[in-house]
Amino acid sequence: MQKLEFFLRRIATSILVLIGVSVITFFIARVVPANPAALYIGPKARQEDINRVTKQLGLDKPLPVQYLVYMQELLHGDLGTSISTKRPITEELTGRIPATLELLFSGMFIAILLGVPLGVLSARAQGEPLDVAVRILSIAGVSMPAFFLGLILQIIFFRNLHLLPLAGRVDSNLRFTNPLTEITNFILFDSFVTSNWVTFKDAFLHLLLPSLTLAAYPLGLIARMTRAAMLETLEQDYIRTAQAYGINQTIIIYLYALKNAISPTLTVIGLTVAFALTGTFFVEIIFNWPGLGLFTVRSLLNVDYPAIMGMTLFGSMGYVLINLIVDLLQAWVDPRISLK
Amino acid sequence: MAAIPIITPVESENTRTLRHVFSMILREPLSLLSTAVIMLFILMAVFAYQMAPFPEEGAGKTHASNTLLSPSAEHWLGTDKLGRDILSRIIVGARPALIIPIGVVLFAVLIGAPLGALAGYKGGWLDEVIMRITDLFLAFPSLLLAMAIASALGRGLDKAAIALIVSWWPWYTRIARGVAVGLRERYFVEAAQASGVSDAIIIFRHILPNTLSPILVQATVDMGTVILAMGGLAFLGLGTQPPSPDWGLMVSEGRGFILDQWWIATFPGIAIFVVVLAFNLVGDTLRDIFDPRQYK
Repeated sequence: MQKLEFFLRRIATSILVLIGVSVITFFIARVVPANPAALYIGPKARQEDINRVTKQLGLDKPLPVQYLVYMQELLHGDLGTSISTKRPITEELTGRIPATLELLFSGMFIAILLGVPLGVLSARAQGEPLDVAVRILSIAGVSMPAFFLGLILQIIFFRNLHLLPLAGRVDSNLRFTNPLTEITNFILFDSFVTSNWVTFKDAFLHLLLPSLTLAAYPLGLIARMTRAAMLETLEQDYIRTAQAYGINQTIIIYLYALKNAISPTLTVIGLTVAFALTGTFFVEIIFNWPGLGLFTVRSLLNVDYPAIMGMTLFGSMGYVLINLIVDLLQAWVDPRISLK
Repeated sequence: MAAIPIITPVESENTRTLRHVFSMILREPLSLLSTAVIMLFILMAVFAYQMAPFPEEGAGKTHASNTLLSPSAEHWLGTDKLGRDILSRIIVGARPALIIPIGVVLFAVLIGAPLGALAGYKGGWLDEVIMRITDLFLAFPSLLLAMAIASALGRGLDKAAIALIVSWWPWYTRIARGVAVGLRERYFVEAAQASGVSDAIIIFRHILPNTLSPILVQATVDMGTVILAMGGLAFLGLGTQPPSPDWGLMVSEGRGFILDQWWIATFPGIAIFVVVLAFNLVGDTLRDIFDPRQYK
């Protein structure tokens, strides 16, 4: 019962936050710029276009009315039209979600897969050289600009070692030799279920460098957080009791301690998804990865204002949702949370 | 009339911690080294035009006969596609890349901390309003918010800096509020209230000084992130505009040459990495000694 109440309350808060986020985005889009209509048209705005857009966006009306019109369009999933592609922004964005999610998931997967064990190892070896090494490695991970790490990896693995492809999601020639049946637009998934192994392998190799680049930051944070949480848990009485009973240390750490240390780690994972989300912008531009980030960066370069504002709203809503999911997941893993 | 308030303004634990913190930093070899690196880079930024071997090229003057030279005795870090000395551009570029982020954090603290102290000290509806607005700003991924604001304001270093300040102040509001809530019922605050000291003076004289150490810790931890964010905005063309140098912008300019003239993008990238690493190592030590999360 308490759990259900917590879930409902948390969802209600998220809806309020989403409304607040839309208000702030509205402000940035319509109130901050000196001449929003001109921005919505693009660099070569003529006076008659400005008048037309002013009418269309309702810029001549009072702000609360403007906001209501904006919200109405938003609730219909309408984010406006991109200046550079002339297509609806919602369409542009949704079509690119799979590419970005593929990158985001594989990056977070690497970060968790390496970060959690590194944190545990570091906690076990507290104060020893291994601990210091993990500390420096994880701090280096969060200090590395993604746009620089990507370039370094390209130099090493493409230019020097000739091991991995330079950029892109999949080799464009494969479209003719091994055409892929698009089901979900997650290339790895689609090629896997249709047994298109040539494409699967190629997509996998293309995914390696971008996801490694993206993983660096979350990996560092997750390793640090896991270490801290583990150290705290290992000091607790039930662990000492288990040790007194002579239970194998490995079992204690991985079976007893990690379970309780995972909750703060989940919080950090939720937080790092935000960094990873903006991280994909840089990774996608370096690796020419056709996702949301590449679209956003191109919009920034072309001063495609409606697209930038659409992405701001879209990205922030995605972030609010991710945080909601993490919180609910946490409450599910750790019942103490829903009692607070 | 007004009795002199009993002044025990700073709780002993905090003064001790602050002094303690500095001695701890100096005792730990990695943070000592990092502090030295940070100082060195700041000096470099301040005396950029005295230190740069080719100060004019550092500022943007092109040199057509020197394009794309690899590192040599004359040009230690090589030259870029317009023949400009990379070392000089890194030194001059330290100003937007390093000094501006320090300013950004400073302004974010100056806006965020008093608001948080006010919210925590007054409580009630004022607290609710301030904190709900703060939460809303925290609901955005910081860099995405900064990108949106920067593009709404137009391109330029000043606009990027404003965008980052707007995205970062809420963190300090949260911390300052946490401290202020804890202090509200302490004797020295109640004594000041009882002797008729105005709220403004209580906040600035008694509450804010006590938020200093947790905020200082958080600010150090944030420096690395803000430098990265600034580099990112510059990389995307939203910060410093050419021909002025900026580390993030230099990486972006060198991107197209990465397979042949690797030095153009690599050295400014290393500069960002080294400075951010130094700040993060100091920040990490600070956090170990003095965990600001306990105030949230």
